[in-house]
Parts: sequence; structure tokens; C-alpha cells
Amino acid sequence: MAKLTMTVNGRTLSADAEGRTLLSDFLRGGLGLTGTHVGCDTSQCGACVVHVDGQAVKSCSMLAHEAAGSTITTIEGMANADGSLSTLQQAFQDHHGLQCGFCTPGMVMSAAALLAENPKPTEAEVRHHLEGNICRCTGYHNIVKAVLAASGQDVSGVGIAAE
Amino acid sequence: MPKDGGIGASTKRREDLRFLTGNGRYTDDINLRGQAFAHFLRSDVAHGRINRIDTAAAAAMPGVLRVFTAADFAAVGGLPCGWCVTDKHGQPMREPKHPVLADGKVRHVGDPIAVVVAETYAQARDAAEAIVVDITELPAAINMKAALAPDAPLVHDDLPSNLCYDWGFVEDNKAAVDEAFRTAAHVTTLELVNNRLVANPMEPRVAVGDYDPWNDQHTLYTTSQNPHVIRLLMGAFVLGIPEHKLRVVAPDVGGGFGTKIFHYAEEAFCTFAAKQLKRPVKWTCSRSEAFMTDAHGRDHVTKIELALDKDNNFTAIRTETYANMGAYLSTFAPSVPTWLHGTLMAGNYRTPLIYVNVKAVFTNTVPVDAYRGAGRPEATFQLERVVDKAARELGVDPIELRRQNFIKPDQFPYQTPVAVVYDTGNYHATLDKLLEISDIAGFEARRADSARRGKLRGFGVAHYIEACGIAPSNLVGQLGARAGLYESATVRVNATGSISVYTGSHAHGQGHETSFAQVVAEMIGIDAKQIDIVHGDTANTPMGMGTYGSRSLAVGGSAIVKATNKIINKAKKIAAHLLEASEDDIELKDGKFSVAGTDKSVDWAGVTLAAYVPHNYPLENLEPGLEETAFYDPSNFTYPSGGYGCEVEVDPETGKVEIVAFSAADDFGNIVNPMIVEGQVQGGLAQGIGQALLESCVYDDNGQLLSGSYMDYAMPRADDLPMFKVDHSCNTPCTHNPLGVKGCGEAGAIGSPPAVVNAVIDALHRAGHTHVTHIDMPLTPARVWAAINGN
Repeated sequence: MAKLTMTVNGRTLSADAEGRTLLSDFLRGGLGLTGTHVGCDTSQCGACVVHVDGQAVKSCSMLAHEAAGSTITTIEGMANADGSLSTLQQAFQDHHGLQCGFCTPGMVMSAAALLAENPKPTEAEVRHHLEGNICRCTGYHNIVKAVLAASGQDVSGVGIAAE
Repeated sequence: MPKDGGIGASTKRREDLRFLTGNGRYTDDINLRGQAFAHFLRSDVAHGRINRIDTAAAAAMPGVLRVFTAADFAAVGGLPCGWCVTDKHGQPMREPKHPVLADGKVRHVGDPIAVVVAETYAQARDAAEAIVVDITELPAAINMKAALAPDAPLVHDDLPSNLCYDWGFVEDNKAAVDEAFRTAAHVTTLELVNNRLVANPMEPRVAVGDYDPWNDQHTLYTTSQNPHVIRLLMGAFVLGIPEHKLRVVAPDVGGGFGTKIFHYAEEAFCTFAAKQLKRPVKWTCSRSEAFMTDAHGRDHVTKIELALDKDNNFTAIRTETYANMGAYLSTFAPSVPTWLHGTLMAGNYRTPLIYVNVKAVFTNTVPVDAYRGAGRPEATFQLERVVDKAARELGVDPIELRRQNFIKPDQFPYQTPVAVVYDTGNYHATLDKLLEISDIAGFEARRADSARRGKLRGFGVAHYIEACGIAPSNLVGQLGARAGLYESATVRVNATGSISVYTGSHAHGQGHETSFAQVVAEMIGIDAKQIDIVHGDTANTPMGMGTYGSRSLAVGGSAIVKATNKIINKAKKIAAHLLEASEDDIELKDGKFSVAGTDKSVDWAGVTLAAYVPHNYPLENLEPGLEETAFYDPSNFTYPSGGYGCEVEVDPETGKVEIVAFSAADDFGNIVNPMIVEGQVQGGLAQGIGQALLESCVYDDNGQLLSGSYMDYAMPRADDLPMFKVDHSCNTPCTHNPLGVKGCGEAGAIGSPPAVVNAVIDALHRAGHTHVTHIDMPLTPARVWAAINGN
């Protein structure tokens, strides 16, 4: 056990962790930030994506000690300062880009990293980028739509609904 | 335009705010003071005799509180099965005991042998490695047909064979069906596999048990679709805890798809161990553990025959199916290949004679139970594949063969030969709509374009029917269900007019907190923001049966309508008193009670306040307060239906299939929130396309699970799927529930697999590969390439 300190969502936080503790478990168990989810044990599902020093990382693929001293952003740190949803989060709600909500934190963190790199992605680029995030509920249709909408693109013609 | 927040509006989901900000409260987010952690040691062989379990070294490891084995559960019941199927000879199915921890034998990879409870997860895991288990490995029964051979290894030594039941439906029709086949002008036969799947909700299962000795009160927090069902099953049959001493809470649940309906050993263990250790006990499933413990889905091997007369009218259907039960009977497993499958074999067609035979088989694999659609995808797949195959054999258009044999719009209500009566539907309308939104007219040009790029383009259709809104309790009781299938609601109106609705259904992605509030807001005419939907806790919701089988709105929503109507009736009495008018003259509109033909009125809050501050109130003939409970038991199933169209491109060089377009035209009856309905269809399509192209749960001949993680089990990902065209404008409202709704949760997963396979076969046939009559799912590049090349 050793004490670890990192800056998470703008606050300097410390807790004890064993050498084998994964960053995902440290965030959830050590720091009590349960917004980051764990959906698999093979670094496939992407529910645990956070930003480490600005990079999107599957937090189950990194030891907590490797992140000591880093600046971390989790889903809890993604809303606007006044607590309202960010543009990307709002697009997920507007376009029904989530159902059970379990993959959602990882989806939002991955999509935010994409938009930071590529502010106007194509549908194919969004799908390719989100390939490491599994969603079992939505069929991805509305997630892709939400990310495109958050980038300021018109999605009114995507798919067709009745009426 | 419907008013936002009312019925018919695509109101944004209120639950999204917590999910989008990391403030959801899933079971693994619950950490109780003093909690200990459980880790299960599981069998790594499919079948074996347990000679000895030595836990001494493990018990002495750091942090270990106790190690449990089957011996600790000697006085505890087995996990119960909730449905008893009667076989074709009138005998009950064979029902072996399902112990909480393996007792004497292990029967599948993943069967729990021992549990370590320790101060930390890591300590529990470390200690489990120190448990010494001496097992004599036995030959395993894996393949269903081989498992029925006389010399097959027995999964359960106390049963005469691995046959659970041999079911015939409708047994009285069998002779007539056989005769129809003897006189048929054409018979099409198809043998197929409905591949075994793993539901894979993204949230793995979790259980936290807690015990308060001062009140003798047990609490279980669990990832369940139906907390009341778990309370009843676990309390009454496993641990012997009466309901008033057992609270089951299913908070935010991260997807279910059927696999979180069932009562699992880990729930009983954590509840039991919490009392033994006087500490909360928490278990969190890893994904690898989920693959070998969550009930699997599908796994049917079927031969279907379709008889046609000389005019291509369907005259009879005969099927023989082997259905895998796995090593033990999961909670509702026996009902899936029987009553949820055989009763749907008429599909959308007028076939007058049908006989379905199902042999359910025990094997040394994980139990198999309901997965999104549950029996109905299996029925739809074989039917829609055999119809397509028949059309190709007869040289007629598969779409026109369907249209010719559809039940006609003026034939509803329609009595099928497999017991059920479809109340409403218009299959011609959904098929026409499907062809319109699929742009079938432009197909030839798109095909020519694909051909120029060396790709084979095909278009396939499937038309499905499902039975949802389960179910009339008196009917399912006759069919072997050991539970009622009503739903419940309590509507509690507060003094200032806000409302808490307590529902027995459960949301794990379906958005009930939004859509159920829309129903109540519409009925009373107040802002939906004044209404909260509460679910998931047996301590505050009335006894309800939970969410599965696309039943929540049709059954749970109907209970809410019933309770709200009771509220409105009482509120009108109060309003009549306040307005000094006759109750018959009171009208409720937009949250205001008025006396008809006058300008006298009192608003909603005025009435609710009077109910709780009854100073001016008819106390002599009306109780104060405004709270009502209703239970709704449906008189029939609901019958959603629709047509699905899949357009594929096949690369003949590699066999890779790409879905280039997918369209769905569904009839769900009335719709409360179109946005949510479309989302349900899109998600179902992804799961059905996953089954058709990617997913397969595979055991080797020794019973080792080869697809035990996301490295091996191919989940559909964002770049595997297209944008979907989803239409729900061809609605024929359900006639027997107050909302006229049918249910939309499973349709996508039911209708899409045959549409995909039909499209691939179409692509191959158009390219001249007419020797390919069927490819078993999943249609991997290797399988498609082999089919094209005649291997």
C-alpha cells in the first residue's frame, strides 16, 4: 500500500492503493468516483475510459500508480461549471444516445477525445473511433447521431422516423 | 402535435441527466459500511465428481473471514424453476435440484464450488487460489443429440436420461398435419441451428447482501429486472425468509435483455452470508465470470417442414427442435422453447395446420433461458427462412409468397392453430411500408453498382409476429407457470398536487421514468415534471412481476392507468363537493375540474390539498387522502408485428458480409414516446444483426467455453452497423389494454436475423450461387466463403 495523489476533475485527491490496483478500481473504490464503469476484464468494452493528461485511456488498462501525479478527467468532470450539461452531453440526451447508461461515461469520454482531435468527423470516422466502446442497448445509431450533432453537423436526415 | 410530456411526444428522458454526469446509482456503486467481499471459486471442468475440498489453507490467508462450501448450505433449498412444462404424454418435466453451491458434482464450467469472503476483493481472490479441490473429471454431455444417446454421460445421476421433456404442440393436430404433408403439392425442408448467444448487458451482475439483527431484516441489492420475483423465489424457496423480513432493491440496472430476470446463486449466497458473518457481503461479477454464469440464450437445433398446395398456399408446418437447457433449469427456461416458441409458429400466415415438437436436453453447459425475444426469435427465424427457401424452390418472389399467405386485414381477430388469437394487425400495410422505405425500386441500380465494384448485393425480407405483454395469469397458470403475470401500480398524490407513482415494473434502459410519467400527465392534464416514477425497491413498490417480454407499458402501464383512473374518480368526488355540484357534471381537463356548462372550477392542487386538509370535505362518505393501488391482469397477449428489410453486400473473395441498409416497419399499436420506441428497435436490430453475423457462444467437445470474453465473443461494434430506417406509422392499436399499446422491446432482435440471412442468400443466388440454400448463423466470412465455394 502506498498513498497516491492525482488531480481529478480539477481537485487534488489522495488515497492508498496496492501496486496491483488498476486506475479504474482506484477511481471507483479509492476516490469514490463511481461514474467510471467497469464492463469487462479484457480492456475491450471501453466503459472505463477517462482522460489522463488529455489523452483518452481505458482506465482498466493502466495501474493507478502509473497515473500518480497525472491530471485526470472523468465523466463527473464533464459538465459545464454551472452544472449544466456540456454540448456533447446535451447532444446525447437530445438524440437519445443512451438507454441503460452503463456504457455512457466511456462513450462520452471517447467521443470528447475524438471531437478535440477532429472537430467535424464524418459518420465513418465516428464509428471507427468508437469501435473500442461497446454499447448493448442503442445499436449505436443514436450515439453516432449525437456525436455528429455535437460537432455542429445537421443530423435531421439521418435515418427516418415515422410521421 | 402532442404536447411535450404527454402521450405521443418524443419527450427527452429525465433519467439521462444522472447517467450523463456519472451520477447513476448502479449496484456496484453501493458500498455499505463494514462490507466484506465474496469471490467464487468455479469449476474449470464441465463435468466431474468432487472428491474433496480442502479450505484450511485458504481460511488462514490474510483478511479471510470465512470459506463456504456446499456443506454450509445443507439446510438451504435449491434455486427454483418457475415454470413446469408437461410433456406430450401428460407427464411433468424432469426437474433436478440446482444447489446454491455445487454438491457432489460439478456440471458446467463456472459451476461454483466454494466462496471466500474476505476484507478485500484481492484477499478473497488470493485465498481462493489456496483452496484445494480434488475432482475426478467425467465425460461431458455437450452436443444435444449425442446427449440423448443411451450411453451418454448423465448430467444428473438421479435422472434416467438427459431428456428434460419431449413436448408436442398441438398433439391433437399431429395426425392431420402428417396427412397434409402426404397430400402436399410441394414440401420444403430446412435444417438449421439457432446459435447460442450470451445476452451481455454492459453492467455485469452484482449482489450486495445486508442483515440487520436488531430487526431480523435482510436486504439484497441486486442487478435484477424484477426485484419482487427475486424476493419471492429466494425468500420462499431457497433461504426460507418471509417477505416482510426481506427487502430486495434493484437500483439503476445497466441493461438486462432477459439475463437479469432469473434468480442466481450469488444473490442467495450474499443474503445468506451477510447473516452468517454479521457483515454486508458484496459480490461483483467479472465479465469472464459472466460468460460462464449468466444464463445463455437460444441454442436450438431445428428441422422445419412447410407444405404447400399447387397454388402455393401454405397447408401445414411441422417442426422438430432440440432445445438446450444447460446443466440446470434456470428460472423460466422450460417455457422458452415451448409456450414462447410453439405458439408463434403461425407467424403472419394463414397456415391451417401446425405441429411443433420440442425435446429439451440437459447438457454440461451454462443454463439457457430467455434472451431478448425468448422463443419468438427462434420461431421467426425458422419460419421466415423456410418461406424464403420455399419461394426459391418454387421460383416465385419471396415477398409475393409471403403476401399471398398473410392473414388478411379483415380476418382479425384471428384464431391460429397454435392456441393464440391475434387481436389486430395489418401485415400487408407493414410490408408495403417496408418496401417503400427500403427503396426497393432503386435496388437494381444499387446492385449493378455493387457488381461494378466486384460485390454481390442482395435484399432479404422477414416478417415477424410476437406475443408480448405477458400475460393472462389464468392462462399461463394452465400452461405451467408457477407465477401470476399481472402488474401493479400505486399512485400517491401528495397534498400540493405532485405525484409519486410506484410501479412493479422495472427500468434498466427503457426510460420508464419518462414514458410512464407521460401517461399520467396526459390523463390528469398536469406537467409531467410534477410526476415521479419510482421502481426497483420491494420496500416501497407493490408486488409486481417486473420487466421482460416487452410487457412494461402494456401491463405495467395499464396498471398505472387503472390506478390513475381511481384517483381521478375520487378527485372528481372531492371537486363536486368543493364546487357544490353533482359528481356527474364534473369534467377534468388540463388539470382543472369544472362543472359542465358553467365557469365554476377548481384546479388540481385545490382538490389534492382538500384531500389531505379535509376541512371542507365530504368525510361522511369519502375517506381523506388521495392514494390508489391497482393490479392489472391482461386478458390476452399483445401481438406486435412488422416487416424488416436487409440489404447486404457480400465480398465473394473473402465472404465478408456488410449490412449496407436496414429498414424496419413495425406495428406496435399506440405509441407513448416515439423517440424511445425507435431507440428500442435500433438496439434490438443491433442484437439481431449481431446474432446473424457475429455472435456465437461456443463449447468444445469437452465442455470448455471457447468464447469466454470479449476477445472471443464478437459483440457488434459501432463500425459493424449502418444507420437504421425505422418506421412505426402502420399502427393497429391493441384492443384489450387501455393504452392500445403492444410493446416494442424485442421486435428488433426477433425480426432481423432471418432478414440478414435471407439477404445474403439472395445476394448469392443473384450471382448464380444457387447451390447455397442455407448458411448457419453467424454468417462469418469463413462460412460464407465456404458456402460460395461449395465446401
